[in-house]
Amino acid sequence: MAINIADARHVADLARLDLTEQELATYTEQLNQILDYAQELEQVNTDKVEPTYHSVAAGTALREDKAVDFPNQAGILRNGPEVSGTSFVVPRIL
Amino acid sequence: MTEYETIIGLEIHTHLKTKSKMFCACSTEFGQPPNSNICPVCTGQPGALPVLNKEAVSLAIRCGLALNCTINKKSVFARKNYFYPDLPKAYQISQFDLPITQAGFVQLPLPDGTEKRVGITRAHLEEDAGKLVHQGAEGIEGATASHVDFNRSSVPLLEIVSEPDLRSAEEARAYLDKIKSILQYAEVSEANMEEGKLRCDANVSIRPVGQKEFGVKVEIKNMNSFRAVERAIKIEVERQKQVLAAGQKVVQETRSYDEAAGRTVSMRGKEESHDYRYFPEPDLLPLLIDDAWVAQVKQDLPELAEQRVKRYQEAYGISAYDARVLTLDKAVADFFDAAARLYGGDKKTIVNWLTTDVLGYLKNENLELGQTKLTPPQLVEMLGLIDNQTISGKIAKDLLVKILQTGASAQKLVEQGGLRQITDEGELQKIIQEILAAHPKQLEQYRSGKTALKGYFVGETMRRTKGQASPPLVNQLLDRLLA
Ligand SMILES: [Zn+2]
Repeated sequence: MAINIADARHVADLARLDLTEQELATYTEQLNQILDYAQELEQVNTDKVEPTYHSVAAGTALREDKAVDFPNQAGILRNGPEVSGTSFVVPRIL
Repeated sequence: MTEYETIIGLEIHTHLKTKSKMFCACSTEFGQPPNSNICPVCTGQPGALPVLNKEAVSLAIRCGLALNCTINKKSVFARKNYFYPDLPKAYQISQFDLPITQAGFVQLPLPDGTEKRVGITRAHLEEDAGKLVHQGAEGIEGATASHVDFNRSSVPLLEIVSEPDLRSAEEARAYLDKIKSILQYAEVSEANMEEGKLRCDANVSIRPVGQKEFGVKVEIKNMNSFRAVERAIKIEVERQKQVLAAGQKVVQETRSYDEAAGRTVSMRGKEESHDYRYFPEPDLLPLLIDDAWVAQVKQDLPELAEQRVKRYQEAYGISAYDARVLTLDKAVADFFDAAARLYGGDKKTIVNWLTTDVLGYLKNENLELGQTKLTPPQLVEMLGLIDNQTISGKIAKDLLVKILQTGASAQKLVEQGGLRQITDEGELQKIIQEILAAHPKQLEQYRSGKTALKGYFVGETMRRTKGQASPPLVNQLLDRLLA
């Protein structure tokens, strides 16, 4: 399956990347190289292999359900570009 | 004209009743000042890592069991990618191809007394997003800026996806009622739509009767109450019929329900984006659940609705229908249990008062039982006053409404309002004699054979005594005086 310029533009749009025509051409080629490599792997018969979801073969860690306040919420608010009271403010969406 | 069949599937999001969030230790408490329950994890600060809440998993298993689902021994978290200001990481941690539970069903009681089986495709874990408050306009349309509160960000959710088994707006409503009831009995969630702890999107399509293939489906969002879900589906079905009748095609899209305008509006190019590019969440290993965990959850499972229906039938001889009506809302069933413990008389009396008078009142006023002032001891006190003939059943009906509204004690209302039942024979006899004397024509007709007029005299007596006369005594006295 080959990727064309339109596919690359669509993926870039989804990621909110504003690419020049030159960049789109470059990335289209690179994406195709990645897919070609994946296609090489497809030659191996994996019918009896369980899909790998993570490189570490273990179950996820779990925490007990205890509520603890984070001590520096003001610090998080300071990371926002604009704050009103204790709310983050974002520019109009539509 | 072509006859159409409606096909509906619902996606229900429910909050899970945990103390802390899904992937961090922030509190899930509702109604706090903006951004008072936030930390680096739930605001997507660089380098912060999620750690899964064990209780959220237990509650999801519990819910899966209550929905007759299989519990997957291995499930996987995935990133659902999209950009929106309420989503600080620009992805939501959800589950995609390996959900925690799948392939279940619920039984819906239908008005005709039969049951319908509705399939549950899956129920998967995911985190909630933050909350936006738009500025300068009522909604997002025309807003000049938006305020973001991340208190809700990463609160655990279970998304319950139904099979496209529902065939009408009424069935969709019955399904919602049933799911809410299941969530409340399993004590998984408070499941109220008002606080956003239960949310519902609907997939709606129509097809000519007899056609096998589904029609093009439309997703409806922004329905804020059970009633709104029912209405929005009806409106959308009508819209699709009109589109087809005009020779056009239904477009696959997301539409927003506008309650005030009573229509659905296309969201194309706005909040809609279905290209989520799911991939396994690298920050979380697969979730492994062993048999012992499932067995433990099973053992801790509270009494579910169906078990309670059975218990009511066996312990109190209540009909299956009454038991289902009584148990639909857990708050009502819990009320009944508390009242039954206090009341020495026949428990069916409580059932009658709850299912007809109390539920009737709630339906008329569009209220939940918890929003009224009635408590089990108050209802039992009132029933006691009927039993010892202090008040008539008719007076009690008015009294009940007053108690529901004000929470006053029945005893006090009776004393204040002069509602005590007239059981004094002499007093009542005098009143009846006066009534007979005042209506010589009717009395003559009665005596000449029109005995149905007795009911007229009963009515007059009740009217004169403002319903305070004891009906059996009135009947007895009339029989004697009319003879
Ligand atoms: Zn947090």
